[in-house]
Amino acid sequence: MLSKHSLTVKAMKASLEKTVEQTAAKHAASQGGLLPCLHEIQAKLGYIPNAHLENIATAFSLSTAEVHGVVSFYHDLRTSPSAPQSIQICCAEACQASGSRELEAGVAGVLGVEFDETHPTHNYRLERVYCLGNCACGPSIRINDDVYGRVDLESLPQLVTEAVQL
Amino acid sequence: MTITVYISQDTTAVAVGAERVATAFVQAALNAELNYTLVRNGSRGAFGLEPLIEIEMGAQGRLAFGPVSVADVPSLVTAITDGGYERHSNYLGPVSTIPWLENQTRITFKRCGEGAPTDLANYRALGGYRGLEHALTLSPQAIVDEIKVSGLRGRGGAAFPTGIKWQTVLDAQGEQKYIVCNADEGDSGTFADRLLMEADPYQLIEGMTISGLAVGATKGFIYLRSEYPRAQKMLERAIDVAIAEGYLGADLCGSGQRFELEVRMGAGSYICGEETALLNSLEGKRGVVRAKPPLPALEGLFGKPTAVNNVLTLASVSSILADGGAEYARHGLDRSKGTMPLQLAGNIQRGGLIEVPFGVSLNKVINEWGGGTRSGRPVRAVQVGGPLGAYLSSDQLDVPLTYEALAELGGMLGHGGIVVFDDTVDMAKQAHFAMDFCAKESCGKCTPCRIGAVRGREVLDRVVDSTASSNDLILLCDLCETMEQASLCAMGGLTPLPVKSAMDNFPEDFGVTDNQYEVAV
Repeated sequence: MLSKHSLTVKAMKASLEKTVEQTAAKHAASQGGLLPCLHEIQAKLGYIPNAHLENIATAFSLSTAEVHGVVSFYHDLRTSPSAPQSIQICCAEACQASGSRELEAGVAGVLGVEFDETHPTHNYRLERVYCLGNCACGPSIRINDDVYGRVDLESLPQLVTEAVQL
Repeated sequence: MTITVYISQDTTAVAVGAERVATAFVQAALNAELNYTLVRNGSRGAFGLEPLIEIEMGAQGRLAFGPVSVADVPSLVTAITDGGYERHSNYLGPVSTIPWLENQTRITFKRCGEGAPTDLANYRALGGYRGLEHALTLSPQAIVDEIKVSGLRGRGGAAFPTGIKWQTVLDAQGEQKYIVCNADEGDSGTFADRLLMEADPYQLIEGMTISGLAVGATKGFIYLRSEYPRAQKMLERAIDVAIAEGYLGADLCGSGQRFELEVRMGAGSYICGEETALLNSLEGKRGVVRAKPPLPALEGLFGKPTAVNNVLTLASVSSILADGGAEYARHGLDRSKGTMPLQLAGNIQRGGLIEVPFGVSLNKVINEWGGGTRSGRPVRAVQVGGPLGAYLSSDQLDVPLTYEALAELGGMLGHGGIVVFDDTVDMAKQAHFAMDFCAKESCGKCTPCRIGAVRGREVLDRVVDSTASSNDLILLCDLCETMEQASLCAMGGLTPLPVKSAMDNFPEDFGVTDNQYEVAV
């Protein structure tokens, strides 16, 4: 059993590395291709594996430190696996003016998950976001790629039930 | 009788239910055996009326119904098939007579909501690409001169004269030059760029193509924030169509001129809305601010001469080249020429996009267009110009909205965002948020911003907890002055603006007596 398990892990690692290498090769020649490359790797794998930053660096003729510097700069980019779905609560001024401070304070209690954590049973991560461009109809939240307006603690659980896939 | 039904696919329209309303409409129309064509248009920006259904029937023009809920749809369909729609509770009259829209001067947003956003034939039928066709007959210098005549200033916030910027790029030596569109609309309370890109993407594409001809650039990038997935889809689809129809590529409209365009996505960094950080991000680097000089116009993207302009600036270029710079300059007040797309947001009854000539009073915008607060409580504070703009008090609302008048009040018009707060707002918390946001989003390049924002947040922690001393406020004022004077870019330099205006205009929220406050300032 044990040897079979380690074989699978090995195969998975090889497949991760292959995906990273192929994606990096695809973008390396394009001008400023690093950010699109990192976006694509994250879209495919859900994150950018730290162990393979070196592969990206090689393709782009950069040092691993430089690639790490870019990955760590941007809020959207992650180096560890994350839930495939996300719920983002807008916490910027226009939403604050229409009630997002209450939403921000109460959301953990209502949904049963803290900010920047993955829900224990549902497959999503709860995050803060600063502006979704829906400022005339806040408070706004985003579930995956869909934005919802005029959300409050009362309407939130129903929205999440409808939009999040188990 | 042919019936065409328009339901918006704009982010905000969908956020308040347009998708569910569209589905319900299709079902109800099927049940009623209604013969019709459904067009998923962009929004006109009257977000207080979304989900808005527009129905075009015979000679009556487009009739508006809104805001429509799913429950309203069956009776609405019946009212159309059986007559009597004038009595339906959602009926607003012809679209052209809706007061929200009627009282605007739409130039940049005139086509928004008219048709399917990526329908190129529709764009052309509504006057699109006349600007490019004119530009193709002009010399680069003549295009730049037309922009100078228009008096157009950058709509991103800094309000730098566009003609002067383009002249610098045109005069710069270089084989390769670039056009970069700053579509990293990160300011809370602003959504005009998003609305335009989702409703009328060709106008931006046309404006960028003209700017390429003007400065001699053959390649353009749109740097779009990742929070705008709908705008991304719309732009990418429109670019594909424009290429297929010869409006982008190696031979623009058979002229032999070249312009290529690509959308690049940001990755959730607010500072990348600052032009030099944006350029670094486009180059695939950390979004760290660059020192100026060198100006991006001379050494910008990949070290080449680059015109970096906001979405609305570039979109305005299309109508300026179509109708002439002098026509554009007829609108506005003083040196604020043309129209300004204001965005009314926050605690407001009827929020949305209001394109008006510069000079309309803030009061009029909030009360006549906006209908006051959504909560029904009195307005206490209004933040104009995004997170880096000043908090004005309710006795400052007579200010005419021009770059100059806002500057006189110690504020700024910025990208035109107006965020209304009612009397439940705690201004010390708003000041705290400004410092906290700066601390989170600072690129870290310069010390006043990187360290100053953290120290500012610590002082304001004590103010919010009511444990601050008068020394703390003296410290905060000093800190603000240092950030203002010594930061490399507008983020560190302007974060003190919301903080200090909150202190100046709402001292009672900072828990100090007048005497202590006078010592502090």
